[in-house]
Amino acid sequence: MELNAISIGFIVFTIFTLGGAIGVVTTRNLFQGTIWLMVSLFGVAGYFVLLSAPFLAAVQVLVYIGAIAILITFAVMLTRSVARIKVRYMRLLPSLIGSLALFLILLLGVTMPIFGAHPPGSIPDYVASTRDLGAALVDENGYVVPFLLASVLLTAAMIGAIFIARDENA
Amino acid sequence: MVPLWMYLAVAAALFAIGVFGVLSRRNAVAILMSVELMLNAVNINLVAFWRYSETGTDLLLNGYVFTAFVLIVAAAEAAVGLAIIITVYRNRRSVIPEEARALKG
Repeated sequence: MELNAISIGFIVFTIFTLGGAIGVVTTRNLFQGTIWLMVSLFGVAGYFVLLSAPFLAAVQVLVYIGAIAILITFAVMLTRSVARIKVRYMRLLPSLIGSLALFLILLLGVTMPIFGAHPPGSIPDYVASTRDLGAALVDENGYVVPFLLASVLLTAAMIGAIFIARDENA
Repeated sequence: MVPLWMYLAVAAALFAIGVFGVLSRRNAVAILMSVELMLNAVNINLVAFWRYSETGTDLLLNGYVFTAFVLIVAAAEAAVGLAIIITVYRNRRSVIPEEARALKG
C-alpha cells in the first residue's frame, strides 16, 4: 500500500474509528463514552468519503453525530444512577474471549479467499452520484416502496417513542 | 489505493468491539451505544462492497441504498430503545438490564 492521500486518510480514520470504539466500551463515565462514540462515528463518516459516498458521510454526521449521539447524551443525563454502578463489567473474561475469537474468525474470513476469490485490485472508475441515488429512490422500478416503508417506520418509531416515554403521572 | 480487505478488517474489529460492549457492559445505555458501533461496522462493509463491486454498464445502487436504510432503522431503534430505558429507569430507578425482570416467569 503506497503512501498517498487516501491511505493516510484511511490510517487516520482507522485510528478515529477503533480508538473511539475502544473508548466507548472501556470508559467509566458514560458522558465521556458518548464523546468517544461521536469520535468513532466521525471516523466512519471519513470512510464513507474515502469510498466516494459523500452523501452518506453527510447523513452520518447529521443523523448519527447530530441526532443519535445527542439523544444518548440526554438518556445518560436522565438516568443519573450511573454513579451508583460500581462495577463496569459483568462476565468480563468470557466476553473478551468471545469477541476476540469472533474478530479472529472474521479476520480470517476477509483476508483468506475462503468465500470465493478476491475481487480485482482496481475499483471501477465510474461511481454512482447522489443524483443517481435520488433518482433511484423515487423510481418505481427502483426503491420507492422501501423508501415509503422507511417513512412509515420513522413515523411509527417517533409516535412509539413519545408514547413509551410519556410520564403518566404528569 | 486501499484494498477491500482492509476496510473489511476494520469493520470486523469494530463489530468485535461492539459485541464485547454488548456482552460485558452493565449499563443499558452503554449496551445501546455498542449496538450503534456494530451497525456502523455493517455500514462500512456495505459501502465498501458497493464501491469495489464491478458495476458494468448499468447502475447498481443496492449497497448505497441499503446503507441509507440501515441509518434510518438505526435512528428508529435508538429513539425507541432510549425511550424504553428511560421508562424502565423511571419505574425501577435502575439502568441495569438484569434488574428489569418483572416479566420473568
